[in-house]
Amino acid sequence: MSVEKKAVAKKPAPLRKPRQKKLPKPKWDVSDLDTWGPDRHELGATIPEAGNSVYNETGGWRTFVPELDPEKCDGCMLCYFYCPDASIIVEDGKAVAVDLAHCKGCGICAKECPTGAIVMKLDEKE
Amino acid sequence: MTTIDAKNVLDETTVAVTGNEAVAEAMRQIDPDVVCAYPITPQTEVVQLYAQMVADGKVESEFVTVESEHSAMSAVIGSAAGGARTMTATSSQGFALMWEVLYVAASYRLPIVMTTVNRALSGPINIHCDHSDTMGGRDAGWIQLYGENHQEAYDNCLQAVRIAEHTDIYLPTMHMYDGYVISGAIGPLKMLPDDRVKSFIGPYRPVNPLLDTKHPVTVGPFDGLHGFYFEHKVAQNRAMDRALGVIQDVADEYAELSGRQYGLLDAYRLDDADVAIVVVGSTAGTTRDVVDKLRAKGVKAGMVRVRVFRPFPHEAYAAALQHVKVVGVLDRADSFGAQGGPVFLEIRGALYDCDPRPQVLPFIYGLGGRDIFPDNIEQAFAVLQKAARSKKRASIERRYLNLRED
Repeated sequence: MSVEKKAVAKKPAPLRKPRQKKLPKPKWDVSDLDTWGPDRHELGATIPEAGNSVYNETGGWRTFVPELDPEKCDGCMLCYFYCPDASIIVEDGKAVAVDLAHCKGCGICAKECPTGAIVMKLDEKE
Repeated sequence: MTTIDAKNVLDETTVAVTGNEAVAEAMRQIDPDVVCAYPITPQTEVVQLYAQMVADGKVESEFVTVESEHSAMSAVIGSAAGGARTMTATSSQGFALMWEVLYVAASYRLPIVMTTVNRALSGPINIHCDHSDTMGGRDAGWIQLYGENHQEAYDNCLQAVRIAEHTDIYLPTMHMYDGYVISGAIGPLKMLPDDRVKSFIGPYRPVNPLLDTKHPVTVGPFDGLHGFYFEHKVAQNRAMDRALGVIQDVADEYAELSGRQYGLLDAYRLDDADVAIVVVGSTAGTTRDVVDKLRAKGVKAGMVRVRVFRPFPHEAYAAALQHVKVVGVLDRADSFGAQGGPVFLEIRGALYDCDPRPQVLPFIYGLGGRDIFPDNIEQAFAVLQKAARSKKRASIERRYLNLRED
């Protein structure tokens, strides 16, 4: 339907390398967390810094990896909104890549993509 | 409790109130930011009176109504994590419905203060006093203070705020008193002036509050296999250990203010006692009378009333009871299949390292509000005296007071 039309009508965007996200230095230094005893932890297991989940790389949990064809992407952003790990990298209104350091391979993006731009493939690891 | 000469002789008001009214007045003087509670017999009056105070503008608290106690405890957790001074109250089944969230409150280290009016647990359904509810919650990680009478219900409520919010502690604290016997009966209460309470309580300084939007935090993250659950639990227990000192410090400071000195436990005519009874709650008053009666007859009888049950001041009990030949522990709750009731197990454990080791015998009384008469306590003392005279150690089977037997 309209999805098909759009894809045909528009010229496919040229492939570009996604910009590398630069992580800010964490304020809460947990580099030696494994050595902490009971008295050093934050009261009540609270995490006193917002957004520090970026330091917790969950990419290693993956069995399937999303393969993205940016030419098929029509910029509907469903994958971006549904991704539970905020791993879809968007540039100029289109999905251009997946942050594989955090993507757990759940496949929701592929399930939701209306144009078939995302396909799950077995993640081959050495 | 003993009375001392207060430095500041106060214009205290003496009033005749029910135990629940005493606590509602204490809550009015504390004026917490948020109160969230669900009514249940015999606690209902506390919630009802407080809701009225909110409606009448006597306090500034936000009163949150909910559909159950599970929701009440969940709401106070949210409120306390948000950074508000938060209180609630419950009894019996309501307490049981809070169960899983009680542990959450303690593990998040939220200094919630809860009034629990002791009542039996179903079933069979029963609404009267015993200690089954809070004794069952003794391992949830809450500080537990048991009061004897109206005055202690009020005094413990005020002190609980200071204990819970102490910077070395940050643990939720519950204080208890007997359903009906105290909650519904009218007794004397000496009330402190409002401004004295305000200055005693002081401002609340939350740690990592969620509503501090300039410093966003995550409360209650997953703490699983590769997390630090074990370390966090040990930290919780270390705070419990520190609480013993803090509870005494707060009691000492309160004594300066009120003239009423509390300790970790409440000993009565114990110094030269051969036989002694350990008891929780309002039955202590009856027991004191029996001790006096026996003393008049030349029996070296004594009593200890349990005030602080969590953390359990085992060293203080060992010091207080080591010279006693036979200790009888009166439990108003049972621990089915255990060697005895919950208080019995603690006392027997506390005295294990004493040399010579006193005998400790378990008594169960008052389940579901069964009356306890002076005669019943005399029967218990008679068992202890007989055991003290005998060369053989007495059997530690449970003895039931005022039970109808075949």
